[in-house]
Amino acid sequence: MFSKYHESGVSRRRFVTGLAAGTAVAALGWRKAGAAEVSPTQVLRGNNFDLSIGYREVNLTGVPRQATVVNGSLPAPVLRWKQGEKVTLRVKNNLATDSSVHWHGIILPADMDGVPGFSFDGIRPGETFEYSFPVTQNGTYWYHSHTVYQEQTGLYGALIIDPIEPEPFAYDREHVVMLSDWSDERPEDIVVNLKKQSDYYNYRQRTVGDLTAQIREAGWKATREDRAMWNRMRMSDRDISDVTGSTYTFLVNGQPPDANWTGLFARNEKVRLRFINAAAMTIFDVRIPGLKMTVVAADGQYIEPVTVDEFRIGVAETYDVIVEPIDGAYTLFAQAIDRSGYARGTLAEQAGLSAPVPAMDPPPVLTHADMGMGMHGEHANHKNSRPAASDAIAQAGFGSFAAIVHAATEYGFQVDMRAEQPREQLNNPGIGLPNGGRRVLTYADLRNLEPTPDPREPERELQLHLTGNMNRYMWSMDGINFANAEPLLLKLNERLRITLVNDTMMNHPVHLHGMWSDLETGDPDHIPRKHTVLVQPGAKISYLVTPDMPGDWAYHCHLLYHMLGMFRRVRVQA
Amino acid sequence: MRYLLLIMCVFCAPAFAATGADPLLYKVQVEELEWRNAEGGNKRAWDIEGWVGKDRDKLWIKTEGESSSDDTEEFELQLLYDRAVAPNWDLQLGWRGDFQPESRRSWLTIGMQGLAPGFIETDAAVFLASDGRTAARVRASYELLFTQKLILQPGVELNWYAEDDEVNGLGSGWSSFELGLRLRYHVTRKFAPYAGLHWDRKFGETADLAEAAGEETGDLQFVAGLSVWF
Repeated sequence: MFSKYHESGVSRRRFVTGLAAGTAVAALGWRKAGAAEVSPTQVLRGNNFDLSIGYREVNLTGVPRQATVVNGSLPAPVLRWKQGEKVTLRVKNNLATDSSVHWHGIILPADMDGVPGFSFDGIRPGETFEYSFPVTQNGTYWYHSHTVYQEQTGLYGALIIDPIEPEPFAYDREHVVMLSDWSDERPEDIVVNLKKQSDYYNYRQRTVGDLTAQIREAGWKATREDRAMWNRMRMSDRDISDVTGSTYTFLVNGQPPDANWTGLFARNEKVRLRFINAAAMTIFDVRIPGLKMTVVAADGQYIEPVTVDEFRIGVAETYDVIVEPIDGAYTLFAQAIDRSGYARGTLAEQAGLSAPVPAMDPPPVLTHADMGMGMHGEHANHKNSRPAASDAIAQAGFGSFAAIVHAATEYGFQVDMRAEQPREQLNNPGIGLPNGGRRVLTYADLRNLEPTPDPREPERELQLHLTGNMNRYMWSMDGINFANAEPLLLKLNERLRITLVNDTMMNHPVHLHGMWSDLETGDPDHIPRKHTVLVQPGAKISYLVTPDMPGDWAYHCHLLYHMLGMFRRVRVQA
Repeated sequence: MRYLLLIMCVFCAPAFAATGADPLLYKVQVEELEWRNAEGGNKRAWDIEGWVGKDRDKLWIKTEGESSSDDTEEFELQLLYDRAVAPNWDLQLGWRGDFQPESRRSWLTIGMQGLAPGFIETDAAVFLASDGRTAARVRASYELLFTQKLILQPGVELNWYAEDDEVNGLGSGWSSFELGLRLRYHVTRKFAPYAGLHWDRKFGETADLAEAAGEETGDLQFVAGLSVWF
């Protein structure tokens, strides 16, 4: 299907969609299609917006709670911009505390990026800040507060930028599918609970029964060997998510599973789904039983279409997929990575229909390899096939082969683990995947639809380690938290490789503001651009960066309760 | 018990705001607050720890003690400076006071507290008194999860004294051994009633002194109590 579009360049469907862009999308996808009757999310269009941040009482679990919202809406209204226009957004803060809005993944001047303390002071209570910048890109993005924990309490919304050029794929209708996590607990209490007892929300810890089952299945010797490492490291192989379904309710477009957010389609339509992970702490595995999903964009940028059954979406990532439902109803199923709960919605021919909700997969259990300790047996020494570490810089597109160096600052009470043999995990969909024979998207599948935007070879390499101490609930980079770190200095317009080494046993979605992360997935001619990169436990991953906007930028893990520590200031200067 | 209340008040007073990656926090951990069914009447016992501080540096308070139905009370209180020195270990330095019916004694505490390999919660300390006395103690406990909420906690405590201390009924050498077995049910993460066994046994000269005073050298007690933190 897609190859046909590539070859012919223009398809009938693409033509129709493109021609009717301004009106047809609204009629087909957003309003008339029924989204308004089942989903209260507002859609605001144009290039001139008045947004008002305030409080609103919501009740998502049976208990009324105060949320932080935009224009009274949770999630915040969908903003629909047009590539090539200049947008002006007046954001009024009606909270009792400071606030901010950050346009996630948007390339813009540093003082418009909306991160307090980074060329921007935040928005004081009662004040209005006017954001104004040209929109140079298109695709699916999102926006959220960058002030303390307001993102957890609802301050996030979808950002859709319609392209100037016709899109390289066709669809009849579209829906935003924004995934998030909601807790009735105050985020300030969640983080304090974690600091006082880091496994506070983990109700999937090893039990006596798990131990006897392991002995029964694997025998004494294997069990003893397996347990020895975990006992020595004092880490739990069941530690997948810090904050879980024990406090979270997972939402689709602000709706809990039972509310069953429904996106409508007409028989045999092609439907574009814009998935956005706006959760504070939850990585989701997404599938729609009965439908193949053709992924056409990642983090807002076109990729060569790849058809999968399932994909993992890290916090702050976006994926656009096209599905072809036939009739009836299909469940949108997004299970949390630790299987402690799921977000659920429905694609249906008419409101009120639903399809079975599948059982969750077994919760993942970490292995020694997830600690970057190397593996035994047949998988061993995969990395030995690579050239030996040297001073030379690897060619663009293939990642780094520089030696893994743990900085002296990584040795101390603040770091509980260092991956000695971090693996490249581009071909691995992640812990707990794949399951049940399903084809799951991997980063190796991501190839830019366009030629590599900046084909220069990297001039230098930066190796940055994601570090932490789980039991103390401390997070850092290279063992140093944000408060104590010097800015990372980047030269304007240089071509740089950043290699992230994950010296922890958790997945970290790392977001670099202000410039693209050109992810090295193995094809130097089609390097995909991302704004958020999920780094697997005990793994390493490389991307190329062209810092073309001067100023100070934030660079951090997007897990909300890791962020304050695992954070760097990036300074781009001539 | 009045000391206990005092300590509680110190911790409850300020509500610290969480700011930044390294906020000033406090925690009060009522590890054991229990009734012991002992020969010659019930006893109440407690074992409470609390801290205030940041990631690296904290002030710790520890207290444990026992009061009998005849209102005699013996307990100890420690005020410690705590510093994180390794991923799983804190160094603790400070003062320990023993409050016994017949005597009071002050010690200097030098200890390590943390999580030993095998997930064993460990608190080991050496105590130096101003009159030159030396003592040592090791405590260790482990959590066995039957379910996510039903947790069996075995624990041991071993005491050692360098010199005889007849006033307090302590002889030199290994003096006593305590073994606890408590089955907690976590109604919430922070609130868990429990029931279990507490067994203590005096050794060597300490046992001789106890026998001479007509006391038991070992005692098995049923316990029931609450474990709470906030």
